[in-house]
Amino acid sequence: MPAPLTVLGLESSCDDTAAAVVRGQTVLSSVVFGQTDLHQAFGGVVPEIAARAHAEKLDICVERALAEADVGLSDIDVIAVTSGPGLIGGVLSGVMCAKGLSAATGTPLVGVNHLAGHALTPRLTDDLRFPYLMLLVSGGHCQFLIAHGPDRFERLGGTIDDAPGEAFDKAARMLGLAQPGGPSVEAQAKQGNEARFKFPRPLLDRPGCDLSFSGLKTALLRARDSLAAEQGGLTRRDVADLCAGFQAAIRDVLAEKTRRALVDYLALAPAAPTLAVAGGVAANMAIRGGLQAVCDESGTNFTAPPLRLCTDNAAMIAFAGAELYALGQRDDLTLSARPRWPLDKLAAPLVGSGKKGAKA
Amino acid sequence: MHHAVISHSPEQTADLARTIARDLAAGDVILLHGEIGAGKTHFARSLIQSLLEVPEDVPSPTFTLIQTYDTLKGEVWHADLYRLSSPDEAVELGLDEAFETAICLIEWPDRLEDLTPASALTMRFAARDDDSRSIELDWSDPRWTGRLNKVLS
Repeated sequence: MPAPLTVLGLESSCDDTAAAVVRGQTVLSSVVFGQTDLHQAFGGVVPEIAARAHAEKLDICVERALAEADVGLSDIDVIAVTSGPGLIGGVLSGVMCAKGLSAATGTPLVGVNHLAGHALTPRLTDDLRFPYLMLLVSGGHCQFLIAHGPDRFERLGGTIDDAPGEAFDKAARMLGLAQPGGPSVEAQAKQGNEARFKFPRPLLDRPGCDLSFSGLKTALLRARDSLAAEQGGLTRRDVADLCAGFQAAIRDVLAEKTRRALVDYLALAPAAPTLAVAGGVAANMAIRGGLQAVCDESGTNFTAPPLRLCTDNAAMIAFAGAELYALGQRDDLTLSARPRWPLDKLAAPLVGSGKKGAKA
Repeated sequence: MHHAVISHSPEQTADLARTIARDLAAGDVILLHGEIGAGKTHFARSLIQSLLEVPEDVPSPTFTLIQTYDTLKGEVWHADLYRLSSPDEAVELGLDEAFETAICLIEWPDRLEDLTPASALTMRFAARDDDSRSIELDWSDPRWTGRLNKVLS
């Protein structure tokens, strides 16, 4: 058995800047320079908009990841970098940094799709075998994928408008709660009554696994405004009940669409049927509970990687890079940054309005 | 110049977007104002999809700030500036240059402040009680007059 590869991963496609060293299935280090503290300090979101800001942090991230892993650049077998999709300036600075390191050391370079990083994480954490069903649910993404191989993903469906993480953030904005919205709404929902406000379950009346969350946002806006008009404002109870109803709608939609995705997936007769969920929204316990219940119905295993590997990080990029390297992928200095990069290029684009027939 | 329309469905809003799209050219900027849930992204998505040669997803730009598309009419920039804290950041994103060279659809354009192009078409979206949307259009640049009179008559 050859010694497992030691891979340096870089990730800078979103707000966070990250570097990690992974050897085989062991995460030797995972450094994430996040924005959460800034969010709290400013009560809003201060994005890393500039390539420069990522570039300034990347060197330090790499240095720290190597130091924490107790390895030097000469111990690295492969350099893996997110080359899309994401904010182009951020992706570009990661790709440039990785190219520089690769050119200087002669270490092979592998460009990784950020979404493949998320989708392959359950193999890093739970040693899952292909094919498994993946629900990727984060601030910017929501899709069901069957993972057939490290470079072969089949999209069963996805959101035709907003992702749930974005819906949570916007719900929090509308209700004057702190960002990021997911944890704020979940905390409020715990105190609330989900039955008081009836929010729509968009697209449940249509076949397939596509999702829509934009109409929910509008429904929340209406409920808020009518309360404000009647009472002159919102009570704490109102906010908690609105959050509970909103979260329940997202949970129910994700659960029902998961049920449908499972039917397609189980038709492949996988040896150990498993649904894995990744992305920041996977941290929501109500949603996890809904997904777990659906899996229990069909005897499907349910797994969610620990949160630090579920949210954006570079360990997933390093691991995915190792998998792609093993398949023979090699990139060179022509590797380019891609703002959009669908995992399943054959899937039909998600078009149309979720509001059509979206009334509960 | 000012014009107001009522859209009774997402499909009507999409029709308006497709009609406006037909006459767009590089250097045209559309500012999309309105609260969350008013229909800004739906309008922008419908407009972009009508210009794409090869259909592809048009995700919300809230997280990535900007999405760019190569279309039949050149490059289209779709931006959501909500998360910006100053116009300087819009310059860092390259928006000022894009205003000259691309078709730009800008959500939360108040963040632009002095950077707002005078030639832009301003659209204000608002949800009404019956779930229809009021859409108000304002412009001062003559380039819009002929095109919009055709659309809105």
